[in-house]
Amino acid sequence: MFRQNGSFAKTMEVLNAIFVLPFVDMFTEPVFFAEVVVGGLLTGVMYSLVALGFVLIFKASGVFNFAQGAMVLFAALTLVGLMEKGVPVWLALIIAAGVMVIVAVVIEKLVLRPLVNQPDIILFMATIGITFFLEGFGETVWGSDIHRLDVGIPDATFEIGGMLLNEFDIWAAAIGAAMVAFLALFFRYTVIGRALRAVADDHQAALSVGIPLKTIWIVVWSVAGFVGLVAGIMWGTKSGVQFSLSLIALKALPVLILGGFTSIPGAIVGGLIIGVGEKVAEIYWGPLIGGAIENWFAYMLALAFLLFRPQGLFGEKIIERV
Amino acid sequence: MLYRESGQYKTSYTDDQAIFPLKQDRWLMAIALVIAFVVIPLTSSEYMLEAVIIPFLIFALAAIGLNLLAGYCGQISLGTGGFMAVGGYTAYKLTTSLPDMNMIIVFLLSGVAAAFVGIMFGIPSLRIKGFYLAVATLAAQFFLQWLFNKVEWFYNYNPSGTITAPPREMFGFVVTGPHATAEARYMITLVVVAVLALVAKNLTRGHIGRSWMAIRDMDIAAEIIGIRPLHAKLSAFAISSFYCGVAGSLFVFTWLGSVETEAFNINLSFQVLFMVIIGGLGSILGSFIGAAFITAVPILLTNAPQFFGFNLPIDLQKHFEVMIFGVLIIFFVIVEPHGLARLWQITKEKLRLWPFPY
Repeated sequence: MFRQNGSFAKTMEVLNAIFVLPFVDMFTEPVFFAEVVVGGLLTGVMYSLVALGFVLIFKASGVFNFAQGAMVLFAALTLVGLMEKGVPVWLALIIAAGVMVIVAVVIEKLVLRPLVNQPDIILFMATIGITFFLEGFGETVWGSDIHRLDVGIPDATFEIGGMLLNEFDIWAAAIGAAMVAFLALFFRYTVIGRALRAVADDHQAALSVGIPLKTIWIVVWSVAGFVGLVAGIMWGTKSGVQFSLSLIALKALPVLILGGFTSIPGAIVGGLIIGVGEKVAEIYWGPLIGGAIENWFAYMLALAFLLFRPQGLFGEKIIERV
Repeated sequence: MLYRESGQYKTSYTDDQAIFPLKQDRWLMAIALVIAFVVIPLTSSEYMLEAVIIPFLIFALAAIGLNLLAGYCGQISLGTGGFMAVGGYTAYKLTTSLPDMNMIIVFLLSGVAAAFVGIMFGIPSLRIKGFYLAVATLAAQFFLQWLFNKVEWFYNYNPSGTITAPPREMFGFVVTGPHATAEARYMITLVVVAVLALVAKNLTRGHIGRSWMAIRDMDIAAEIIGIRPLHAKLSAFAISSFYCGVAGSLFVFTWLGSVETEAFNINLSFQVLFMVIIGGLGSILGSFIGAAFITAVPILLTNAPQFFGFNLPIDLQKHFEVMIFGVLIIFFVIVEPHGLARLWQITKEKLRLWPFPY
């Protein structure tokens, strides 16, 4: 009888720790909570930056480009390698962007073109091959040490309303927002942007009205390369340019399925949700189950979400016909 | 000896439904089995068994598992490493808490445990498809890896966090643990893999395999002709994970002997996926070919520079290996998107008509 009571109390304690205490903490220390949320949002922007590259390519060519992470690493390695050789920042940026265009052209010519009309999984497989190649190539050329990257973004902490914020994170968010705005305008108003949207809608129809599919693919892979470069600069400045940079692709995947593979706003909103969810869960619930949950929590969050909306937040509604 | 079917008449339904309807195929299979069961254990060196053949068999089993799911049922999974971990850790818990249990039963039970976990992570497949599902199965990968790393019960509160195969005997031979000979470990692996491969082959020819393939080709149409997606998809996940689980337990017990959770990381999942795709989606033979390819290539790449007399610095060589491996994958995917098993099929078609192809 007493033992039963004991276990009852224990159960209540566990339930209390899961369902009550974290919320009590949130309300009694609102400033800290706000700091966690803002921190999560800012990390989320960084995830979005990576996810954006995936979305661009998936939209235009229907390829699930696993190599996006490797492209981030490769772009950052090229940039940092050039800067270490004494090339000024602006020139290094231009050259790195140029290198990404070359990468796009080579990928289009050697990988995508021979694989036109193959099933998605085969293309996915090919992009894993590209991942291996780019990782190996980048490290062969630039070495596998951790490089410090500093392109002159200020990195000081300051305080607003009791919250400690990092200037760099704000910059990252601003750059991310600017890039999304730029991409949105680019897609909406330029000729190439319109062509891109047409290709994304329907390859066949786009071809038949005279849109050059090959050029579009090169453009879109180049743009994804630029996005990768920006993401590489941000992540590289934050944590140093090193091999593990290509693993952030794995961080971007839950963002993608949450936001929908085909939606740019989805990538942003998904990134923010994942960023905040992950931080809040890690801080308030992480200690209960031993911590280090950030590796899988985002996936579980996205998975739970997908059960209710299989096409992601902003993905196109899946219509199936026989 | 020509490879053709003329003159081989099928006079009964049993003949018609045989796994290998052609006499030549039966001969090839018999020869392969004799080589596997007699020639290899007698002639191979310890290194060869340990570094090449045992991992090849284990990966082939895992690849069959993934192939049942991805190739036959069309559900892409990136959680193979996680399911293999379930098998490995279950086998470890079983042998350490019940030391007298027969090893074969341990392997099968660890497969069953993996099957249950597989069903759990397969439930989302009823709602989500394609790459959304592939990414969702990564949840299994990361969650399971984290779980086995964090919960100390799984590795018996061992401070190093590794699980080590204890020595166990079968028929008077030590088959696992540090003192087991490579031959003994090879034989037990071979028996398990051969039997399970046969079962897999038969599964795919039967009712359940056909319902998987219908789901793969178009799930809505399959549903309309009366196949229950719930049963088909979840059974595919269960059986696939069963195979991966058994492969995982062999991975620990007959190959590595002692592993950390890190051994079951995402790269393992990708490796098995490579095998399935390079070998051929929807082909049991392909799983073996793919496993042979992916096991052999890194070993060849590592030894090739010395063979040709180059002496590269270790880190540079490592990077080259990664690079060449990537190129090879792209190359094979472009040359034969249907996998190497397809090449064998084409050869067979050609042989049938040879030397008069008209």
